[in-house]
Amino acid sequence: MVWETVIGLEVHVQLATKSKLFSGSSITFGAAPNTQANIFDLAMPGTLPVMNEAALRMAVKFGLAIDAEIGRKSVFDRKNYFYPDLPKGYQVSQLDFPTVGKGELEIALEDGSTKVVGITRAHIEEDAGKSLHEDFQGLTGIDLNRAGTPLLEIVSEPELANAKEAVAYLKKLHSIIRYLGISDGNMAQGSMRCDANVSVRKKGDTELGTRTEIKNINSFRFVEKAILHEAERQIDIIEDGGRIVQETRLYDADKNETRSMRSKEVANDYRYFPEPDLLPIVIDEAYIEAVRAELPELPNAKRERFVSQYELSEYDAGVIASSRQMADFFEEVVAICKDAKLSSNWVSVDLQAVLNKQDLEIENSPISAERLGGLIARIKDKTISSKIAKTVFEAMLESEQSADEIIASQGLKQVTDSGAIEKLVDEVIANNPEQVEQYRSGKEKVFAFFIGQAMKASRGKANPEQLNTLLKQKLKA
Amino acid sequence: MSDRTVAELSRSLAQGEISSVELTRDYLDRIAQHNTLYNAYITVTEDLALAQAAQADAVRAKGEAGPLTGIPIAHKDIFCMQDVLTTCGSKMLANFIAPYNATVVEKLNAAGAVTLGKTNMDEFAMGSSNENSFFGAVRNPWDTERVPGGSSGGSATAVAADLCAIATGTDTGGSIRQPAAFCGLTGFKPSYGRISRWGMIAYASSLDQAGPISKSAEDAALMMNAMAGPDHRDSTSVDMPAPDFTANLNDSLQGLRIGVVRQHLAEGLDANVESALQDALKVFEGLGATIKEIDLPNSHLSVSAYYVIAPAEASANLSRYDGVRFGYRCENPVNLEDMYKRSRSEGFGNEVKRRILVGTYALSAGYYDAYYIKAQQIRRLIKQDYIDAFKEVDVIIGPTTPNTAFKIGEKNDDPVTMYLEDIYTVSINLAGLPAISIPAGSSKSADGKSLPIGIQLVGSDFAEAKVLNIAHQFQQHTDWHQQRPEG
Repeated sequence: MVWETVIGLEVHVQLATKSKLFSGSSITFGAAPNTQANIFDLAMPGTLPVMNEAALRMAVKFGLAIDAEIGRKSVFDRKNYFYPDLPKGYQVSQLDFPTVGKGELEIALEDGSTKVVGITRAHIEEDAGKSLHEDFQGLTGIDLNRAGTPLLEIVSEPELANAKEAVAYLKKLHSIIRYLGISDGNMAQGSMRCDANVSVRKKGDTELGTRTEIKNINSFRFVEKAILHEAERQIDIIEDGGRIVQETRLYDADKNETRSMRSKEVANDYRYFPEPDLLPIVIDEAYIEAVRAELPELPNAKRERFVSQYELSEYDAGVIASSRQMADFFEEVVAICKDAKLSSNWVSVDLQAVLNKQDLEIENSPISAERLGGLIARIKDKTISSKIAKTVFEAMLESEQSADEIIASQGLKQVTDSGAIEKLVDEVIANNPEQVEQYRSGKEKVFAFFIGQAMKASRGKANPEQLNTLLKQKLKA
Repeated sequence: MSDRTVAELSRSLAQGEISSVELTRDYLDRIAQHNTLYNAYITVTEDLALAQAAQADAVRAKGEAGPLTGIPIAHKDIFCMQDVLTTCGSKMLANFIAPYNATVVEKLNAAGAVTLGKTNMDEFAMGSSNENSFFGAVRNPWDTERVPGGSSGGSATAVAADLCAIATGTDTGGSIRQPAAFCGLTGFKPSYGRISRWGMIAYASSLDQAGPISKSAEDAALMMNAMAGPDHRDSTSVDMPAPDFTANLNDSLQGLRIGVVRQHLAEGLDANVESALQDALKVFEGLGATIKEIDLPNSHLSVSAYYVIAPAEASANLSRYDGVRFGYRCENPVNLEDMYKRSRSEGFGNEVKRRILVGTYALSAGYYDAYYIKAQQIRRLIKQDYIDAFKEVDVIIGPTTPNTAFKIGEKNDDPVTMYLEDIYTVSINLAGLPAISIPAGSSKSADGKSLPIGIQLVGSDFAEAKVLNIAHQFQQHTDWHQQRPEG
C-alpha cells in the first residue's frame, strides 16, 4: 500500500512589540516571574483591554507580504476556558473576522523546484502565562509575564505533502517574519511555535484522513521528526486494521514519539463570542498603503535582484537572500570589494561555517562586512591568492586587524614580480634534473610537483598564474 | 442640612454657613446612627472622608472650589477604590482591596467630592431588589419593610435616607433608574460610552454604564460634569468631549415633542403609576410640549433579549473569579478542579450562579445561534425602533417600573417575576440611550406608607443635556423630588 501524508501547520509567532497586546506591560524575555504583569494582566476586576496598534500594523505587514486579503474589519472574540495561567478565564482571539485572510507562500523544494502553499488565515491573539510545577513543594506557581503577549497565529492549508515540505514552509515563514521585523522567530524561546495537523491517506484518495494535532514543537528538526514519526504511527494503526482518533498529541523529543494529550472528542466547548470590551478594528485603504510603504524588499524579490544585478546563480542568490541580515551583510561586502561571486562564496560558505561553529547570528559576526570586503578586495586585485586569503581570514578571527594590516605584518603579499618568479622557476628546474627529464619525456603529471616546489620556496606567495606560465615556458625549452 | 441638594449645600459651603469637615461629620454621624437599619453601606471610609473634607475646605479657602468641592458622596461598591475594600456585593470579593481607582472615582475625587464609603448592591449588579447581596438586603427609607430596588439599592437608600448627598450607581438593565424610582430620587443612566467603565467591575460589558443618583436633575447634571468624558483606558468610551451638562437646564420646553409608547400603556401597569404618568404629561403640556403616541414594535422582546445577552457576557466576565489570584478561595482544595468548583460554588450567590449558567448555555455549541445570535438580532431591531421613534419625537416618556417598591422577600421565589421589573428599562440599555428616572407621584400602600412613583425620560444618543433639561424643567414646576421619607 502506498500512503501519502497531508500536513497543515498552525504557527504561533510572537510579535516583536514593546508592550503587550492589550496592556502596557513589557514583553522582554526572561524577566523575573510576574514582574511584567500589571493589573490588567492579572485580570483585576474592572480592568479593560486597549488594543496595541503596533501589533495590528505587524499583522497587516505580514498579510501584505504573503499577498493576503487584509480584513477591513477585524473582530476580537473571547475564547472561554479555565486554566490558572489564563487570568481572565478567556483568551481574546479572532474567530470569524481575522486581520489577515487568504494568502500564499512560495517554498523551495529539495529538487530545486518551488511550490506555492496556501495560507488560510492569520489572526491576532493573546498568549497565556506559564504554570510552573517545580520548586513549589507540590503546589503550582503561575508566572503571568507572558500572559497577554501578542501572537499572530498563521494557519496553512493542508497542502504540505511531507515532513521536508513542512520544514521548508516553516523556514520560509521564519525568513519572512524576520525580514519584516515583526518577530525574532526564536523557536527555542518560544517566539515561534508550531502545531502540526497530520493525517494520512491512500495515494490517490481525495478525501482527507482523520487528523491528529501535534502541539508545541520547538525546533525545525523536531518538526520533521515529529511529523515523520506521527505519519508512521498512523499508517501502522490503519494497516493493523485500526482507526485514527482525532486528538491532540504532544511530541516528546527525548523519546522521539508523540503521545496523546487530550481527546478532542471531549474537548472544551470554547463558547466564542465577540469581545464586548473592544470595538471592531476598521482599517481603510490609506492605512494599508501606509503599511505597504514600510514593507522591505522580501526574499523572493531580493533573490531575483541578486541574480540579475550580481549575476549570482539562483541557488547562491537564494541562500544569501533567505536571511535579510545575511543579504544586507553581503551587499555591504560587495560594495567594498566589487566582486559579487567571491562575496557570495565567502559570506555563505566560509563566514557561515564560522558562525555555525560559534553559534552566532550574522549580526554578531566576528568579522565585520567592512573587514571581509577588505579581504576579498585583496584577492580581487591579486595582492593575495585565494589560498593565502584563508590564512588571512583565520588571522582576522583572532584579531581586530584589517586584511591589509595582516598581509603587511605577516608578509603575505603575493609575489607578482616576474624576475623573482623566474628566479624561483630556474632554481626548481636546476635542483630537480630527474623530474625535468620525466616531464620532457611526456610524463606531464610531474608538472604539479614543480608547482608545489616553487610555491613552497615562495612560502605560498607566488602568483599561481604567472608561476604556471613561466614553468611551462622553461620546461619546454 | 443633610437633606439638601448639592446646589443648596454648595451655597451653604460657599457662604461659610458650614465647613466641609462639619458637613462630613454630620453625614458620618447619620451613617453611624442609621446604617444598621438601612444597611446601605458595606464600607464607611471615615478617615478618608475627613481628610478629603479638610482638603476641600483648604481648596475653598484658596477660592478654587468647584460645584462638588466638599460634597459628601457614596460610591456603589462596584467601583474600585484604591486601598479600599471593593466587594461588588459578593462573598467572592469580600476580601478584595482594590489596588487602583476607577476612572469615575478618580474624576469625582479630582472634582473635590468627599467619599463617605461604598454602598451595598445586588451581587455583581445582578438583581432588582438589592436582596442578592452577600452583605444582606438594603431597606427602603420610605418603608423599611420594602426593597429600595436594585442593583444600586445601597446608593439609592443612602441618598434617600440622607446618609450622603449624592451617590454613584451603575445601570445595566435599570439598576440606577429602578432604585431611584423606588426611593423617590433622580437616577440617570447616560448613553453607553459617555462615562468610562475603567475600574467599574463588569457585569455585562456592552450594557453597563455608570451614572448619578441624586435628589434633583440639577445635581445629576453637576455630577455628570465630573464623571463624563473620553478615557483612553476604556476602548468603548466615546471619543467625544463631554459638554457642560448644566448649560441647557433652563431651556424652554416650548414646542418639545414628547413620545408616549403605546405598548407601555397596556396591561400590567399599576393604576397609580399610570395616573402619575398622565399627570406628568399634563405638566409638560402646560410647559408647551406636545404629546404623541408612538410605537416601539419590538419592545416586548427586550426582556428576553436582555436575559440572554447580559448573562452571556457575564458568564465570561465572571470567569476571572477562580480563586487563583484574588478573592475567595475554598479551604483545602484537593486539586485544581476542586479549587475551581468549590471556590466558585461557595463564593457566588444563587442569582449570580443562575446567570452564569444561563449565559454559558446560551453560548454553547448548538445553542449559540438560537439564543445569542437571535438576541443580538433583536437588539438591532430595538435600536432601530428607537432611531425611527426619534425621527418623530424629541424624548420618550413612560413609567420607570410597573409598580412601586415591593416588600422584602415578596418576589424571591420567582426569578422571572423579578426580571419583569426591568420591562421598561432594559430596552434602553440594549439601545445604549440616555434615560433618567425622576419622581412624579406617590401612592399609599395598604399599611398607609407613601411610596414614590418614578417616570422615565429617554433621549436619543448622547442627548444627555436635553434629557437633563426636560427633567429639570419638570422639577421646577413640581415638588415630587422634594418629598422626603418620614423618619
